[in-house]
Amino acid sequence: MRTLDQVRAGDKVTIQAVNADPALMQRLLEMGLMEGESVEVLTIAPLGDPIEIVVGNTRLSLRRREAAAIAVT
Amino acid sequence: MSSVNITVALAGNPNTGKTTLFNALSGLRQRVGNYPGVTVELKKGRTTHSGTTFELIDLPGTYSLAPRSPDEMVAVDLLLGQCAQERRPDVILAIVDASNLDRHLYLTTQLLELGLPVVIALNMVDVAAAQGIAIDAAMLESRLGTPVVSIQANKGAGLDQLKDVLIRTAKSAGHAPTPVFPAEFDAEAAALGAELPGIAPFLVRRLLLDIGGYTESRLAAQFGTSLTQHVASARDRLASAGHGVPAVEAKTRYAWIRQKVAGCVTRPAQRPVTWTDRIDRVVTHRVWGTLIFMAVMLLIFQAIFNWATPLMDLVSGAKDGLSERVGSGMSNGPLKGLITKGVIEGVGGVLVFLPQILILFAFIAVLEDCGYMARAAFLMDRLMSRCGLSGKSFIPMLSSLACAVPGIMATRVIENRRDRFVTILVAPLMSCSARLPVYLLMIGAFVRPGRAWWVPGVVMFCMYLIGPVAAAMVALLLKRTLLKGETPVFVMEMPTYKWPSFRTILRRVLDAGWEFIRRAGTIILATMVLVWALLNFPQRDAQGRLYQDRLAEVDEAIAAAGASRSEIEESIDGKNKERSKQGADASPESVAILDREIADLEKRVAPYYQTQQEWISGSYLGQFGKTIEPVVRPLGWDWRIGVASLASFPAREVVVGTLGILFNVGEVDAGSLRDAEDPGDTRLGRAMRSARRAGSAEQPAFAMPTALSLMVFFALCCQCGSTLAVIRRETKSWSWPAFTFVYMTGLAYVAALLTYQISSRLV
Repeated sequence: MRTLDQVRAGDKVTIQAVNADPALMQRLLEMGLMEGESVEVLTIAPLGDPIEIVVGNTRLSLRRREAAAIAVT
Repeated sequence: MSSVNITVALAGNPNTGKTTLFNALSGLRQRVGNYPGVTVELKKGRTTHSGTTFELIDLPGTYSLAPRSPDEMVAVDLLLGQCAQERRPDVILAIVDASNLDRHLYLTTQLLELGLPVVIALNMVDVAAAQGIAIDAAMLESRLGTPVVSIQANKGAGLDQLKDVLIRTAKSAGHAPTPVFPAEFDAEAAALGAELPGIAPFLVRRLLLDIGGYTESRLAAQFGTSLTQHVASARDRLASAGHGVPAVEAKTRYAWIRQKVAGCVTRPAQRPVTWTDRIDRVVTHRVWGTLIFMAVMLLIFQAIFNWATPLMDLVSGAKDGLSERVGSGMSNGPLKGLITKGVIEGVGGVLVFLPQILILFAFIAVLEDCGYMARAAFLMDRLMSRCGLSGKSFIPMLSSLACAVPGIMATRVIENRRDRFVTILVAPLMSCSARLPVYLLMIGAFVRPGRAWWVPGVVMFCMYLIGPVAAAMVALLLKRTLLKGETPVFVMEMPTYKWPSFRTILRRVLDAGWEFIRRAGTIILATMVLVWALLNFPQRDAQGRLYQDRLAEVDEAIAAAGASRSEIEESIDGKNKERSKQGADASPESVAILDREIADLEKRVAPYYQTQQEWISGSYLGQFGKTIEPVVRPLGWDWRIGVASLASFPAREVVVGTLGILFNVGEVDAGSLRDAEDPGDTRLGRAMRSARRAGSAEQPAFAMPTALSLMVFFALCCQCGSTLAVIRRETKSWSWPAFTFVYMTGLAYVAALLTYQISSRLV
């Protein structure tokens, strides 16, 4: 399954599942990154990591390793 | 002062305008509350409204009340009335961002569960309106069952109404409805609560929800480790019932929020393209973003490196003037020295940091308030992640190239405690501007003469490269040993861009300056006085005469012979400059004439320098330096260099001043080396070059290996009392500055030893 770190800038996807270690998972959920939410990847940092996404009206910077915890379609 | 009628705790997500609201409510009457064992400080302020005095407590900005560290626990403890120093608040003021209501209400739902009345301040309604988001506050209030007040904190709009509502609500019982968790969850929480007598229901739920959270470790310490087992099996049961932790919390809360706000909020069907989108497209762009970032960093660096200099010179000038004026009115003796050289010098030495601190914090406040700070961290994250840090460590490290003191203070932007501490511990490795005089002197005196034109530049470059390389390695090592822990979460909000608020910036800048003076200033002053004493006592020579008296006598004798000492020193410097200017195309005769004139002048002032030298070398620090000469010998130093490095503890650049005295050329001002065309050709430079080994008239005492070893030592050591004082202030512990001093001195010694031993065999 595709994860959020593999999504190209400008693409919109829907979250299928979030699976990470407890601290990260809790933060992602608090920020509204939950199953069924739609996420857009806005841009990727010049050095290739992290990525900037928007969920709801929240813009977030996620490291690729963190984005890999989010399964999307 | 009037007695407090109601205590209000201000809570909200970061970037909500919380600080702006706090400042708008409490004005200038602010204090800082400290709590044992944690590095967070809570700001407190007071205000009066229609006869009621409010005590406001500004809680740290947070997305959720799910404490993972003692620092995050402070807010929870305070709200539950478990904080020993603070009264339990009467009412919670929850500030939420109207343009992102759902996510901000997440924290509010947790606040509602604490058993305190909550007032919601709906901030940035104007920003929301601009994005086509409209909120019916009255409807939201009736749906949530708790007061909602629309405000614009940056314009001060709605604050009177907010205060009215706070007064009214504080007197109410305040049992607003809260999200309904699945029955299985409530049952598990109740069962667990029965095992934990005296523990607030809120904490019992946190225990169940926060895997590896701070509540777990705290309660396990209190009730025994079997608790962890119970909690784990309760979580297992919840997971098999389809309510796995931690997802159950977010699902429950967001579902409740959506149900409540439905109909109260009208949003555009499509997320509109906002200014933030437009700006971000440029600012995080591969090319433009990088260029803008470099321009901003260059500006900051220029500002603290160069713009601060005139102000710092002003402070130094005022200090020297005051010291002279006060000194001339006093008779010679220990008191005069203590006042002029110890106290006034010390106070000046504290104040001299202020320009850099104020300028850096003005930049940081602007960058944070307008939203660029998060973008800067975004751009630099990859680079900093290679040494286990995050993008937020970049600005503190960069600032440390000018001075570690403001750099270490700037680490406050790093939320993660371990990352912040690692950054604090490695920041002093960056080559600050106070190391420059040492590099200039050593390269000028020992590296430049007789070598290819590119050699001095390369050596200087290497000196500046040592810092970042060592910092990266030490950071990695610390991350794997002393400050090891689970990988922190780097999820970072990229806030909406906005115009910075002048008031917020001014407040931050003044706070930073004042806190530095109050907390670090006293320690710095004490260090300076102590080192001054070690370097100036005993004050009398073997015959029992005051050195100060002898120096005054010598000065009189010099003046009686024609010109005063300062006039002679000036003409020596003038002739030196003339000599350097003539350069290669000068005739040997004219150089010889100049040399002879200089030597004659130097002979006239020499008695003064010799007395100074006798005083310092006989001092406690001087004697100590001679005793430990065997320790510094392997670095290619003699006792004089050793003493100078020890004496530089209050301020690094003092090293050249002390070297000047010990090499019989009088006290050298670090600034004069920086301004000199060829620092190696100054009086001190030539004196060090012409120094001979003990018992030899031919062999020079020092050569390039000594210069390299001294530079490497200075690049890596922590001979800076101010840095240590600031580390103590930021980490709230003496053990971290002690650790920093020990590890850096050890590193510096070993590196200098290797440098000398290897280079003296090669060169």
